[in-house]
Amino acid sequence: MISVGLLLLAWELYATYSGIRPTTLPAPSRVFEQALLNRQALADNAIPTIGATLLGFACSLSAAFVLSMMVDFFQPLRRALFPVLIVSQTLPLVAIAPLVVLWFGFGLAPKIMLVALVTFFPMLVALVEGYESTEAEIGQMLRAMGAGRWRIFVLARLPSALPYFFAGLRISITYAVVGAIFAEYAGAAKGLGIYMLNAKNNFRPDLVLAAVGVSAALTLVLFGLTVLLQRLAMPWERAGKETAGKGAWR
Amino acid sequence: MSRLELRHVRKAFGGLDVLADISLSVGAGEFVSILGPSGAGKSTLFQLLTGAEHGEGEMLFDGAPLDDHGRHFAFMPQRDALMPWRRILDNATLGLEVQGMRRQAARARVAPLFAEFGLAGFERHFPAQLSGGMRQRAALLRTVVQQRDMLLLDEPFGALDALTRTAMQRWLEQMWRHHRWTALLITHDVREAVFLSDRIYVLSARPARIVREIKVPLPRPRSLGGDAARQASTLEAEILDIILNATPSKGHDHD
Repeated sequence: MISVGLLLLAWELYATYSGIRPTTLPAPSRVFEQALLNRQALADNAIPTIGATLLGFACSLSAAFVLSMMVDFFQPLRRALFPVLIVSQTLPLVAIAPLVVLWFGFGLAPKIMLVALVTFFPMLVALVEGYESTEAEIGQMLRAMGAGRWRIFVLARLPSALPYFFAGLRISITYAVVGAIFAEYAGAAKGLGIYMLNAKNNFRPDLVLAAVGVSAALTLVLFGLTVLLQRLAMPWERAGKETAGKGAWR
Repeated sequence: MSRLELRHVRKAFGGLDVLADISLSVGAGEFVSILGPSGAGKSTLFQLLTGAEHGEGEMLFDGAPLDDHGRHFAFMPQRDALMPWRRILDNATLGLEVQGMRRQAARARVAPLFAEFGLAGFERHFPAQLSGGMRQRAALLRTVVQQRDMLLLDEPFGALDALTRTAMQRWLEQMWRHHRWTALLITHDVREAVFLSDRIYVLSARPARIVREIKVPLPRPRSLGGDAARQASTLEAEILDIILNATPSKGHDHD
């Protein structure tokens, strides 16, 4: 917090006293002022971005979950799929985004696809590796109890993957916002991405930065939600930390 | 009248002989230990019994071949294998739930045992909130409530510090006297084997053979003092000799 404050202060001082024009580098105070003045427009444009982010992320999450289970039950699938998926991660978004828009139009579909493209693989990897982190002895014990593969998956492998899942979720949710904005940048009727593009073309860097501020705030809120969700879903983690080292000797 | 009987059981992993020739038996209500150096393949034997691996030779339970794996045994692995995300009560009911019992019924069956296992008041705790000894007792509770014919204990106290381990051994001996479980214990701790067992099978280093079967004539309850204790240490020294002589020239092997 202090470092952010100092940075903003230095920026403010530089923009005010160096004589640089506000159309090149606006001071943070001006960005904030303009953001307030244009709050209606910013809100109108933030809503489609939030929609695309959440919808795209939901699609990608569902697909990653289904596929991760298939990979877990049928290992050869992993060798068949992962090379393709890894290549999908090397595609430069700058080149892909306009093409996807060209193919699928200015509607919601290309945005969902791009968000899914950037978030699907990290989530899939997180889940698959999470399943594999299951303690071997828990698996052996469950088999000795008479549990089949599906029971073992539900009772042991799925919960074992939770920490990995949430680590993946925290990373992917930030990618998701960037993916949505990129898709809008390449072509959209409304959204933070297209708002930024228009503001830039109108020589209004203050409004570009205001939109950046909104997207940053959006990312932070989503990130915070994943942290909150993790606390609710994994109460044993905090319970363990609170009492660690307090146990009696036997 | 032996319950479990193994005849010439062998197991190799890709050309590497792990179990060379294992014949042993465990009678009803008998506490038997398998004692051997680490890496001798003791845990492999349990993998065969629980059906995780398949080997050669005959494995009989009550005279019938062990084909339907896992029905006779309640298995307690080396580390406690408690599920960190389940409360102690729900860890204890795990085996019953897998058997198809409803969660409420399973909890009702398990709850009265918490006091006897020194876990009263910790039903709602998570495993991470318990000490090592308590976790092992919880793991044993989860094992015995399954009400299988026989317990398989794989170095259950290996991960505990020396004091806790001694306390747990005394506690287990006392528990066993009350319940008279048929039990097979794997250990590399000579003292533990002598303290807990009716009989001990001494294993050689890999490939594992049974080099000696030893009856432990000490009276129960086992004690840590007096004549019985002196008798016990004589026996321990004898067994230690057997183990070290059975593994010539590789007393400090890393496996």
